[in-house]
Amino acid sequence: MDYFIELLFSGLTRGSIYALIALGYTMVYGIIGLINFAHGEIYMIGAFTAFIVATVLSIYGFPLVAIVIIAGVAAVVWSSSYGYTIEKIAYKPLRYAPRLSPLISAIGMSIFLQNYILLAQTSDFLPFPRLIPDFPFMEPIAHIVGSTDLVILVTTFVVMVVLTFIIKFTLIGKAMRATSQDRAMATLVGINVNRVISATFIIGSGLAAIGGLLIASHIGQINFYIGFLAGIKAFTAAVLGGIGSIPGAVLGSLILGLTESFATGYVSSDYEDVFAFSLLVLILIFKPSGLLGKAKNEKV
Amino acid sequence: MLKLEKVQSGYGNKLAIKNVSLEIVAGEIITLIGANGAGKTTTLMTICGVVPCRSGLITFQDREIQEMAPDAIVGLGICQVPEGRHIFPQLTVKENLDMGAFLRKDKEGIKKDMEYVFSLFPILAERRNQDGGNLSGGEQQMLAMSRALMAKPKLLLLDEPSMGLAPLVIKQIFEIIKQINEENNTTIFLVEQNANQALHIADRGYVMENGEITLAGNAQELLDNQDIQKAYLGI
Repeated sequence: MDYFIELLFSGLTRGSIYALIALGYTMVYGIIGLINFAHGEIYMIGAFTAFIVATVLSIYGFPLVAIVIIAGVAAVVWSSSYGYTIEKIAYKPLRYAPRLSPLISAIGMSIFLQNYILLAQTSDFLPFPRLIPDFPFMEPIAHIVGSTDLVILVTTFVVMVVLTFIIKFTLIGKAMRATSQDRAMATLVGINVNRVISATFIIGSGLAAIGGLLIASHIGQINFYIGFLAGIKAFTAAVLGGIGSIPGAVLGSLILGLTESFATGYVSSDYEDVFAFSLLVLILIFKPSGLLGKAKNEKV
Repeated sequence: MLKLEKVQSGYGNKLAIKNVSLEIVAGEIITLIGANGAGKTTTLMTICGVVPCRSGLITFQDREIQEMAPDAIVGLGICQVPEGRHIFPQLTVKENLDMGAFLRKDKEGIKKDMEYVFSLFPILAERRNQDGGNLSGGEQQMLAMSRALMAKPKLLLLDEPSMGLAPLVIKQIFEIIKQINEENNTTIFLVEQNANQALHIADRGYVMENGEITLAGNAQELLDNQDIQKAYLGI
C-alpha cells in the first residue's frame, strides 16, 4: 500500500510540473492558435536562471528562504521577458501569415535557444543546489512523500488558484478569454489585442519558470536539453486534456503524470513513455478534441 | 461629427470602396443602404480602423482618425455592433457587457449604464449569468447593442441589426434604436439591407452601389424616389 501511495504522489508531483508547463501551451494556443514549440526552452531558461542566482547567493551566504524567493522571482521575471521577446521577434511579424509559418518559426526559436544556452553555459549536466530542506514534520512519512514533492504540490495548487482567479475575475483575464473566443470583436470593443497576447506569453512563461525551478531542485541536475522532453510531455498533456482548455491542461497533466508513475513503478521505467503516448493515442482516437476540449458552437 | 472624404479601402489588391464621401451630424440617425457586397460593411470597418484606409480622410470631431489603431478609435467614442453580432460565446451576458466597458474606468458610471441597458432589454437582466452563446438570435442582437452602449459611444455604428431576426423582433430592435438616439442623444449610423425599416427611422440616408455612394438625401426623399422603390423597397 505504501508503494502505491508513493507512486501516487510521485505521479501527482510529475503531473503538477507538467501542468505548470502545459498551461503556457494551452493559453497561447487558445489565443493565437499557435503551438509555441519554444515554450519548453522557456522552462529550461527558468531553471538555469534559478541555478545561477541560487549559486551566486549561496556563495554570499544568504539564508535558504531568501535564496528560494530571490531565485524564484528572478527565474519568473527573466523567463517572462524571454517569452515576451520571443513573441515580438518570432511570432508577431507572422500574425497574418499562413498557420505553418509561425509554427516553423517556433521550432527555429526552440533550436536557437537550446544552442544558445549550450554555448553560453555548457553541455554538461550541472548539479542544481538543493533549495528545499527536509521538513522535520514530514519525517514520519518521508519514505513515501518527500518534502520537495510536498512543496511542488502546494506551490502548483496555489498557482492554479491564483491563475483561475486572474482568468475568471480580473479585467485582463476576461479580455484574454474574449480575445481567444473572438479576436476581431475583441478589437472592436477596444481591447488592445497585442497587449493581451503579450500578457499571455508573460503569464505562461512565468508559470513555466516556476516549473523549471521546482523540477530542477527535485531532480538535482539541469542541462540545456531538459526543456525539449519536458516540453513535448507537457504539450502531450495539453492535447490530452483538450488544447485551449485551461482545466483540460491541468487534468491532462495529472493523468499523464500518474500514468507514467504507475507504469514506471509496476512495469518498468523503460515503458514510461510507451504508456504515456499510448494513452494519448487512445484518447485522441475516442475523443479527438481531448478530454475537456470543446467542439466550437457558433451561431449566426 | 464624422466625415469621410474620398475614402478608399479594400482587401488585397482589390478596392472594396472607392471615393466614398459622407457626413454624419451629431444627433442624427443616418442610414447606409445597398445590396450585398456593395461595400457597406467595409465602410464601417474602415471607420473603425480594422480595414486600413488606403487614401482619403476620415475626421471625427475635427480629428483625423484614418491612421489610428482600432482600440484608440473606440476610446474616442465610436463603437460598432458588427454584422452577425459576434457575442463572446463562452462569456456570460454580464461579462460580455463588462467587455463593452473595457476602456472605461468610472465604476459608478459603468454600473449605472448596465442598469440602463437592463431597463432597455429586461430579458438580458434575467439571463445575466448565462453564456452569451446560449442566447437566441434576437437576444444576441440585444446583447450586442447593449455591449456597444456600455462603452458610452458618441457614435454608434450598427451593421445589419435586423439580419436573421423575426419581424416582431426587428420591429422591437428598430424602436430601441430610435429610443437610444432620442434618450442619450447618441448619433447612429445604421447600415441595412432592410431599406424600408431603416429609412423610416432615419433622418437622412446614403445609397451605396459597387463601392460608391450613388445617392444621398433626406430619408423621406429616398423613400419617395422611384429608383429606390424599385431596387430596394420592392414596390
